Amino acid sequence: MTAFVLLPPAYLVLRAASAGAGALEVLAQPAAVAALARTILLTLTVTSTCVVVAVPLAWLVMRSDIPFPRMLLAALALPLAVPSFVGGYVMISALSPGGLVQQVLQPLGVARLPSIYGFWGAWAVLSALSYPYVFLQVCAALRRIDPALEDASRSLGQTAFATFRRVTLPLLRPAVSAGGILVALYVLSEFGAVSMLRYDTLTPLVYVRYATAFDRTSAAVLGLPLIGLAMLLVAADGLTRGTALYHTRSVARTPARRRLGAWRWVAFAGCLAVAALGAGVPLAVTTYWLVRGVQRGGDLGVSLSTVEHTVRAAGAAALLTVLAALPLVWVSVRHRGRLGPVMERAAYLGQSLPAITIALAVVFFAARYVPPLYQTLGLLVVAYAVRFLPEAMGASRTALLQVNPSSEEAARSLGAGALRTFARVTAPQMLPGVSAGALLVFLTAVKELPMTLLLSPIGYDTLATRIWTATSEAQFSMAALPSLLLLATSTLAVLMLVRREEHSS
Amino acid sequence: MSRMGVRMTRGPQVRGLALLGAMLLASALVLACSGDEEQRPLTVYAGRSELLMKPLLEQFSKDTGIPIKVRYGDGTDLALGILEEGRNSPADVYLTQDVGALGALQAESRLTALPESTLTRVPAAFRSPDGQWVGLSGRARVIVYNTDAIDPSTLPPTIFDYTKPEWRGRLGIVPRSDGFPEFVTALRLTRGEAFARQWLLDLKANAPRIYPNNIAAITAVKNREIEAAFLNHYYLYRFLAEEGPGFKVRNYYFDNGDLGGLFLVSGAGVLDSAANPEAGRRFIAYLLEKSAQEYFAAQTHEYPLVAGVAPGAELPALASLKTPDIDLGDIQDLRGSLELMRTTGIIP
Repeated sequence: MTAFVLLPPAYLVLRAASAGAGALEVLAQPAAVAALARTILLTLTVTSTCVVVAVPLAWLVMRSDIPFPRMLLAALALPLAVPSFVGGYVMISALSPGGLVQQVLQPLGVARLPSIYGFWGAWAVLSALSYPYVFLQVCAALRRIDPALEDASRSLGQTAFATFRRVTLPLLRPAVSAGGILVALYVLSEFGAVSMLRYDTLTPLVYVRYATAFDRTSAAVLGLPLIGLAMLLVAADGLTRGTALYHTRSVARTPARRRLGAWRWVAFAGCLAVAALGAGVPLAVTTYWLVRGVQRGGDLGVSLSTVEHTVRAAGAAALLTVLAALPLVWVSVRHRGRLGPVMERAAYLGQSLPAITIALAVVFFAARYVPPLYQTLGLLVVAYAVRFLPEAMGASRTALLQVNPSSEEAARSLGAGALRTFARVTAPQMLPGVSAGALLVFLTAVKELPMTLLLSPIGYDTLATRIWTATSEAQFSMAALPSLLLLATSTLAVLMLVRREEHSS
Repeated sequence: MSRMGVRMTRGPQVRGLALLGAMLLASALVLACSGDEEQRPLTVYAGRSELLMKPLLEQFSKDTGIPIKVRYGDGTDLALGILEEGRNSPADVYLTQDVGALGALQAESRLTALPESTLTRVPAAFRSPDGQWVGLSGRARVIVYNTDAIDPSTLPPTIFDYTKPEWRGRLGIVPRSDGFPEFVTALRLTRGEAFARQWLLDLKANAPRIYPNNIAAITAVKNREIEAAFLNHYYLYRFLAEEGPGFKVRNYYFDNGDLGGLFLVSGAGVLDSAANPEAGRRFIAYLLEKSAQEYFAAQTHEYPLVAGVAPGAELPALASLKTPDIDLGDIQDLRGSLELMRTTGIIP
């Protein structure tokens, strides 16, 4: 799997190599340097915003007596299912000068909204769309943290807040950093929303090279700093990981939910407000499109087979990605050799690249070396797995760190083999984290576009390709139903997972 | 049941029968394959909207009996895909709205010459000089303006006046694809490198808003985020179909041969690696028949390129546009324009 994951970076280096000494010249262009600076700024700010927003949200949903926690969990995960090419357009049609929101506010005397273009718009929109990476991982980790540790802190006289800060937060570290890395990689590779919001980071620059002159060489050269930034990120994470233990000796209980008193409705409103920005705005705009489409009685642009295609490809990708992630994570966490962590981190590099570059890498290798598999469903699923492996790895890693190895040692000493121990002892304890990883993969795979367009079997349409087909011709009423079905599919997936876990615990 | 019976009696006769059966099967397969030779499906990579193209492409299949498989996608991505696929590309035909993409494939020797009878269906300006691609439908560059903000009689009749200071902050452009790079190339070709550079610098000084695609640009004109934008003519008609005639945006057509009204085409070519090049050539010829050209006029709001087919009633007649005299074969290489747009700061 590591070999597969290294294909996109390998492809990039191969293409960039043909630039030779010219590569330096491309990288030294003022526009490239400025884009690199913007990329770094946006990555740092969006990532830290996501952490600051998502950790309290996860705590509220998992550990407090906030009303309707299950509904909130689903609503707060939803922005992840909004494709960024829709997210960017929708945010602009809602929030730009003269957009829908201003039309609503006009009678109230609002003449001009603050501009959403540039850094602040990109920061707000990307944060609103990507905080669920952190949120879902922290939720899964909170489910597995032994409340005995927090209880001990409280009984030693620490306040609730001090307990959160000094006990819970450090225990959440693997989940937060796993989520944070995913946010950072997402920002590095983001194209649709940043170009709509006119904040030119490196990825739009790569697209410009492709689109205006089919210049694959300088596009590849401009992708190199993205790989470099991903390496820095992963290395920084590795340096701060340390050797802390995240599991306890006891069997974890289900933690009690903290009473918020009158604050519970305030907290509820706060959670809804966050979800409203990331998912509510797209939901409202697409509903508006749908109503208009139904009134006019046009083609609503979707069939049941489209939904089935989407779920089948994304579901298979979620399964394959998790299966591929487990051995990598296992070797990295349980066997403290050199090679394990290196292989694990290598898996992150590709995800910093623009989606089209990853798609072209798969095209390059598959069409040339395994032509019978090219443009089959199987290959599409493998390509999804290559792109989304880090999402499953972070969550699985957190989960494995929370499993006490002594329970595995006990099973081995009672005569169980390694495989049996993993299946009967380790895997069940890892389940919440692993399912969170599978869910992340599913939610991002259902909306995947550039790979799906190039690598799916001919005629294999998905909800994302339907939405793209309609929006690129301004047929918004035809994009509405597929968009809403995409959001509904994702909500169902989150709810099913939540229910199953509540039953199993 | 009877199959099980056969399987259980394993005598020499059975083995002989099996051998005979295998030979029959093999010859049937050979026959089937040679039959397939005629009915092998045609594979098209279409960088144009499925909503617009699907009925026409299905009609081709019905009329000719050739099964057709179409991969719809972004024109740029599909061209890059073909380049990366190399000789193993499943595509027979590449179809796009972007002359630059055809030029890029031709530059990498990925297209093959089309028959003279196909090429001569369209005027020489609308096809590759080496006969490797041919235009299928035409589009004019226009000024798209907000009807509340601008009285069309006040719009300058030449693109060179839009760099004047009074246009500061009022214009939008989509420099990344689909017309603008082709316009810059035409500008360099007709007026020279230094003039083109100065025009881009003057434009840049007017702080035009940059949009990633045409849909976003028209939406911005509607919202009066900008008052006007340089675009291709047909996007407006998609919006009018979606939003109704109350949509407060219209096209201004240059009708005096000004370079601002550059006339571009969508086009197609047969790939060098095509498994089914014959069907590919037949397909392109089909798209230049009268019925297909009438389809473009009626359904996609584009200009038919074949003589004797009139455009839709919503468009000004092609003759009245007096489009500038530019041979598209001369502007298919966009690399120099990319460089100029980059150094003048129009694109990053």
